[in-house]
Order: sequence, then structure tokens, then C-alpha cells
Amino acid sequence: MPDDKSDRSPWYWLLLVPVVIPLMTFLYNADEPRLLGFPLFYWLQIAYIALGVATTTLVYRMTRRRP
Amino acid sequence: MNGHTTELVIFTLLFLVVSGMGFVAARWRRPKDIASLHEWGLGGRNFGSWITWFLVGGDLYTAYTFVAVPALVFGAGALGFYALPYTVVVYPLVFLVLARMWSVSHVHGFVTPADFVRARFGSPTLALVIALTGLVATMPYIALQLVGIEAVLKAMGITGHLPIIIAFAILAAYTYQSGLRAPALIAFVKDTLIYIVILAAVIYIPAKLGGWGSIFDAAKAKFDATPAPADGITLNAANQLQYVTLAFGSALALFLYPHSLTGVLASKNRGVIKRNMAALPAYSFLLGLIALLGFMAIAAGTKPVGTDGNTIIPRLFDQMFPDWFTGVAYAAVGIGALVPAAIMSIAAANLFTRNIYREYINKQATDAQEAKVSKLVSLVVKVGAVLCILLLDPQFSIDLQLIGGVIILQTLPSVGLGLYTRWFHRGGLIAGWAAGMAAGMWMLYLIPNPAKGKAHFGGSAFALKNLGLDTPITMYVGFLALAVNLVVAVLATLAFRAAKVAEGEDATSREDYFADEGDPKVKDLDLSAAH
Repeated sequence: MPDDKSDRSPWYWLLLVPVVIPLMTFLYNADEPRLLGFPLFYWLQIAYIALGVATTTLVYRMTRRRP
Repeated sequence: MNGHTTELVIFTLLFLVVSGMGFVAARWRRPKDIASLHEWGLGGRNFGSWITWFLVGGDLYTAYTFVAVPALVFGAGALGFYALPYTVVVYPLVFLVLARMWSVSHVHGFVTPADFVRARFGSPTLALVIALTGLVATMPYIALQLVGIEAVLKAMGITGHLPIIIAFAILAAYTYQSGLRAPALIAFVKDTLIYIVILAAVIYIPAKLGGWGSIFDAAKAKFDATPAPADGITLNAANQLQYVTLAFGSALALFLYPHSLTGVLASKNRGVIKRNMAALPAYSFLLGLIALLGFMAIAAGTKPVGTDGNTIIPRLFDQMFPDWFTGVAYAAVGIGALVPAAIMSIAAANLFTRNIYREYINKQATDAQEAKVSKLVSLVVKVGAVLCILLLDPQFSIDLQLIGGVIILQTLPSVGLGLYTRWFHRGGLIAGWAAGMAAGMWMLYLIPNPAKGKAHFGGSAFALKNLGLDTPITMYVGFLALAVNLVVAVLATLAFRAAKVAEGEDATSREDYFADEGDPKVKDLDLSAAH
């Protein structure tokens, strides 16, 4: 593994997406539109969990060291 | 009897079963020798993905989560929902950082963040500062877990502090005997119970209250009717920045807590950590749903016991569920308090043993001596936590934890940034820490809480008008204090360098930060060769 000692990969920049998006309140700070009775503020922020999981999983799989 | 007999019987039964598991845990996964700090304090450092998921999840999503977050949503609305973006942001944020921490810790045998700082910056003083900060920040956090148990007991009509003291005595006894294995094993039960309770709650309660739409409408109507400008089911111009800085600041703080690191270091390799960063948000989903229990309580017209806001959710369960299931729900909260409390007290004990006892009191301590001291300190820490509850006002316990968050954030330049850069001077880091602590305490002192009639330490939302700005905007204290810390650390580093004050020696090298399981440098159990 000596050639792969660094945690550097362009994929890691993707991790910024789920860090930055959930902190931009103007994206979700509203009541309408509602989804299943949930105001936008709540359902969209819950949806960001999926964004976080998807991004982290993708980055993990693309940067995994081959055995 | 008081009408809560069924609940009480089920609660007690489950609590006792779990306590029994805690004592048996010492035999689980058969350690060769539990009389060493590695075995007792880090469970032998060989937990795979599943155990780590339960352990870290059980550690991060605490009884405070189940009681205080919905209580805050009940009282303030949207602002309380910050816990969700906080736990979404945290995992991608620390994905790489924790892998580095794992590697360098396993190469050098670090058990605490202060161990790392000592080796990285060659400064026992800085390490002491980091260790003390960790200890002080962890104490109220453990106390907070007691608040969770207390809220449940109150809802069952039990008052007085004796039951809490008994619960913690049991906890102390099995942590003393089984170390980190106890919470790891109990975490399975705790999480299963909590998933069942919460899923039942979010399906059953809205059905009884006429659906989610009417729950949110009821909450909106309540907040519209109150004179307070800061509440509502969405944020307003004044508290948006507070929401963002609170979520982000809490995310930065989370893995600086010594107990979060304990679970991470106990994992088997870097892959386990990275996989967990992708899998832990399953708990965030749960947390989002739990937060919304606060709105359900509004729609259901739930009233707290006396003036204790933390009893809102236990009361909601009591009101909505059949007695036997309320008992299960209460047990989930009670046991949910035990797992993190155990891990936190172990982490605090490790800090004391490694960075104070061995550094300043007994430099030649043997493994067995270290383990013994650690076990004793974990007892002392729990007694301290109980005293916190007996002597301090436990209400709005979330603020207690937020103060701890402000303090622990001040270790970020040394621990978090230290993993990436050696640029800072050790003196600069100490100066920055001192400035950040002072600024944080000053700001917390200025924050009143009119609802509780408190003039100081009333919360973590700092009004920028205190700085002479003409604006209603508030910001999270920890975030501002960290900014002060960083500015001072940079300036002081430049000053120390200009004055040619000696730099400490860096005991770590570049490759140490990437080493993984199987690398000859990665040590498993040789604690005594750490320095």
C-alpha cells in the first residue's frame, strides 16, 4: 500500500455538498409546499439525511482501498 | 397506588434485565486480561462495523435527545429542530478527520484527545488544558443523562432523588466491572427499544390526532398566539443565523468530546469508521421524528409535570399509549441514559488517568495501576454528575449541554486542526484557548432567560446588539468564541515565532495519519509504549 498512503482524492470534495446545503436556511425556511402534511421546513430537512447518506456512501465506495 | 403501577413494573423489569446484562458483559468477547486500560476502557479496540454503529449511535443520541430536543421544539418550535441539520452535517464533516485520528492514535497508542495533543505539539501543559476542558465539558453531559431518567420518573409520579441515585449506583457498579463492554452490549437493547417506541409513536399518535397536517397547524396556532417573537414553526429573520451557527457549531463540537472519540477508537480499522459515517444518519432520521414529538404534544394539549418542560414527552406517552407500552417507552429513555453515561464516565476517567495521573502524579504507573485509577475515577465522575443534578437547576437541560459545547469547541484548533497542520505554536494554541474560553463565558453570562427569570447563563443565543450592532440577530456563542480563539491563536503563534520561543517536538510523522489495520506500525494493545 505504499503508493496509496494519502487521503487525497477529488471525490472527497463531494463531502462539502451535504455539509453546506443543510446550512442554507433560505432553501427550506417556509411552510409551503407541504408534503403529507409536513411543512417544507421539516420534510426537506429530513430529506437532507438521504443526501448525506448517499454522498458519504458514494465517496466511501469510490475511495476505498483495493485489497 | 398512583395509577402508574403497570408502567412502573415494566420500567423496573426492563431496567433490571439490562443491568444484569451490564454485569455479564465482562465475559462477552472474552478479554484475556481486563485489568488493563485498553481492555477496560476501549474494549480491546476491536469492534467491527455493527458494534461500532450501536456503540457510537448509543453514545451520541442520548437520553437528552429523547427528552430535551422535543421539549425545546415544544417550547420554541423550529429553532429546536437544529438538532437535525446538526446530525446531518456532522458525518461528512468528520469523515476524513476521524480516519486520521484513528490512524495516528493506533500508531502511537493514544487513548484520549489530550494524548494526541501532547505528542503532536510536545506540550504537557497544552495536553493538560485539553484534558481539563474535556473533563469539565463532559460532567454536565453526564448529568444531563440523569435529567432524562428523572423526567421519566416524575411522569410516573415518583419524586425525590433517591431513585436516580439508585439507578446511577447500578450503572456505576457494572461500568466498574465490565468497562466499555457493558455499554456496547446494552446499546443493542437500548436502540431496539427506542426504534420500536419512536416508530410506534410517529404512526400511532398522528393517527389519533388527525394527521400530521393538523399537528403542524395546531403548533402554528399556538406560536402565533404567543407574544414571543422568536418562536414559530419556521425561523424568522432574527434566529436564522442562530439556527445555522448552532447546528454547525454543535457538529464541530461533537467529536471533540472525549466520549465520542472513545467509541471511534474502539473500532477495528479505518473502513469501519468510514462505513459508520454513512450509516449513522439512520439515527438522525429517528432524531428528526423525535423532535416532532414536541409538536404532537402541542396538538394533544399535553401539560408538563409542574414547570418541568422535560416531562413533556413522558407525559405525552402517558396520555397517548396504553399503560404497558408507556412502560416500555419509559424504559427506553431510562436505558437510553445509561449507555452514554457509561461511555462518558469511562472517557472522563481515561482523560484523568492518562493526562493527569500518569503525567503529574505517578510517572511509572503500570497497566494494572492505570486501570485501577481509571475505574475509581469513573466512579468519582458519576458521583459528581449526581451532585450536579442535586445542586443545580436541571430545567432546560439542553442549555447545560450547550455550555459544555461552548467549552469543548475551544479545543478544536489543537485537536481538530492539529490533525492537519503543525503550523500553530503550542503557546499560541494555549493563548487562543484562554481567549476563547473567556469570550465564551462572558457571552454566556450576558444571555438572560426572561421565561425563567434568569439574568445570566440563560441560553446560547448571543444577541449581536451586545456588541453595539443595531440588529435583532442572534448567534451561537460557541461559534463566536471559536472565532476569537482562532484569531488569537494565529496572532499569538506569529508573535511566539517572532520572539523565537521554543517549539515543541512533534512525535508523529506524516505516514502515521494514513496507517490502517495490518500496517506493522499499527499497534493493538501495547499501551505502555505510548510515549
